[in-house]
Amino acid sequence: MGILDIKDVGKRFGGLQALGDVNLSVAENTCHAIIGPNGAGKSTLLNCLIGKLIPDTGSVMFDGQSVLGRSAHEICQMGISRVFQTPEIFSDLTVIENMMIPIFAKRDGSFKLDGISAFMKHKAVLEQAEQMLEDMNMADKRYMNAASMSRGDKRRLEIGMCLSQNPRLLLLDEPTAGMARADTNNTIDLLKQIKDERDITIAIIEHDMHVVFSLADRITVLAQGTPLVEDTPENIKGHPKVKEAYLGEAQH
Amino acid sequence: MFGLDKKDTRLLMVVAIITFCAPILLNPFPTESALAQFNAGYPDLMQRFVIFGIFAIGFNILFGLTGYLSFGHAAFLGVGSYSAVWMFKLLSYNVIPAIIFSVLTAGIFAVVIGYISLRRSGIYFSILTLAFAQMSYSLAYSVLTPITNGETGLQVYGNDPQYLKGDGPDVTHLFGLEMRSTAEINLGAWTFDFSIGYYMCAIIMLISFYLAIRVFRSPFGLMLRAIKANQTRLNYTGISPRPYMLAAFVISGMYAGLAGGLLAAMDPLAGAERMQWTASGEVVLMTILGGVGTLLGPVLGAGFIKYAENIFSKINENILHSWFSFLPDGIEEAIVWIFARFVGEGWHLTLGLMFMLIVIFLPGGLVEGGQRIARLLGSKNKNASDSTSAE
Repeated sequence: MGILDIKDVGKRFGGLQALGDVNLSVAENTCHAIIGPNGAGKSTLLNCLIGKLIPDTGSVMFDGQSVLGRSAHEICQMGISRVFQTPEIFSDLTVIENMMIPIFAKRDGSFKLDGISAFMKHKAVLEQAEQMLEDMNMADKRYMNAASMSRGDKRRLEIGMCLSQNPRLLLLDEPTAGMARADTNNTIDLLKQIKDERDITIAIIEHDMHVVFSLADRITVLAQGTPLVEDTPENIKGHPKVKEAYLGEAQH
Repeated sequence: MFGLDKKDTRLLMVVAIITFCAPILLNPFPTESALAQFNAGYPDLMQRFVIFGIFAIGFNILFGLTGYLSFGHAAFLGVGSYSAVWMFKLLSYNVIPAIIFSVLTAGIFAVVIGYISLRRSGIYFSILTLAFAQMSYSLAYSVLTPITNGETGLQVYGNDPQYLKGDGPDVTHLFGLEMRSTAEINLGAWTFDFSIGYYMCAIIMLISFYLAIRVFRSPFGLMLRAIKANQTRLNYTGISPRPYMLAAFVISGMYAGLAGGLLAAMDPLAGAERMQWTASGEVVLMTILGGVGTLLGPVLGAGFIKYAENIFSKINENILHSWFSFLPDGIEEAIVWIFARFVGEGWHLTLGLMFMLIVIFLPGGLVEGGQRIARLLGSKNKNASDSTSAE
């Protein structure tokens, strides 16, 4: 039993079987990568985990509770945080405001009507946000407009915003997509550091093998909607089935 | 002061001083001079400035912070007016119960309309609110005649019960202080009118403005700005945007109801045309013209539009002829003809042109214009412009 258990999950879109009987278990405090060629169903699977899609069959359990049928904010309140392919941050707000919002959400729940007190006077929240920015090496950017930062910094902020809620499971959807090499390496270093320093489970969906092999403890290869193999990175590297799946794609 | 930081306190103080001195500031020209028609310092118009200022401040809490453009806020204005007049009919001409009741009914309406409209966002939300406002207008105009008195408009008649009236005055009043009573002060060639009605509205406007600042700076306001910035992220931060949106919608609906109640308190009439879509559009114009999402913008925009409406529409061809009489006859005729299109009944044309120019060249509205001027005058005020960007 892992912290996240995916059992017999299947999803059809019309005539296309996007996912068929996916069984996957992510153990607590590990980094589990899901890789696969284009169209393998990685994104569909992820969307089933975060309430965006409801699978036709099967179950998704997080820490013994089903996530199916819950809305995004409820799933987040359960302790699952998500990092998007394109960084989703609050553009046009300052970096420190960006960081304060998830901390308010963690403290106050999904809704609290406080229209009178000044948010900058919530000392505990402010300090926590400043500390988190410090940890992310972004303290000097705190009054910057978040929209004007580089892609790498936006990603860093987004990860920081997720971590500020102390999630138990962090889902990353191609965290280095569209990044320059230097930004990619920074992001890998940041994720490694998070893995080492925190009690956190990470599930990562990624195209870039370099990223996967530097981070993952376990890897699941997905092809045509079903898991092909699941193993440690060392064993995956030379696995004949994996080569076939990727080369098969290359022939198209 | 009052839980605001230094900069916001200064802003509030400046607005308070300008509002209290408005009867003097808006009458810069001697009463008998040719320019006296540009004076705006008479009670009826000044009351409109502050009442529509309240309307726009409330609208800005919804539109400025969350980015949801409601095209039906006039419905709440109308509901507020009708409720206030009913209080006059049933209780007495005292404005306090009327104002409280108008805010409450507008709030209840806003809960219902907001709950349904907020199921959609973007253009669909705007269309839903517009549809609701037009429905309210039609209901008020015909179907609900027993309550709204149809096209005649609702007013107070001599045989209305007015259970609490006793021997109170026959005009709207605040515990005996008549709204229309005005102290006229002559200073040389100038005349200044200080009216009770205006000062009551002004004080209520200042309270509304103060509350709006508090909302802007609160965790609630931060969440509303987060809704505008990125709803997806907000969802995945564990926050449910819907109740925040509904709260913002109801608050701004109550502001509109307050404005409607005050309109009725100044002049105890309520007509269906107050709910028409043009009235909803007007508050959108005010907010954009002044500066969306800024604190001061909506008030400036409201003042600007009401000034244009009342002053430009009063200029007629005779006045134009007197201005251009120094020109040769043919040219004078031509110039007067051209200018006449933009004044009098054509004042909407002037307003439209102004609106276009501002949206194209000053997307941040009059507030941005002010900031640019301040920046030109000296880069000393740099921190002022820095901080307003956060507003």
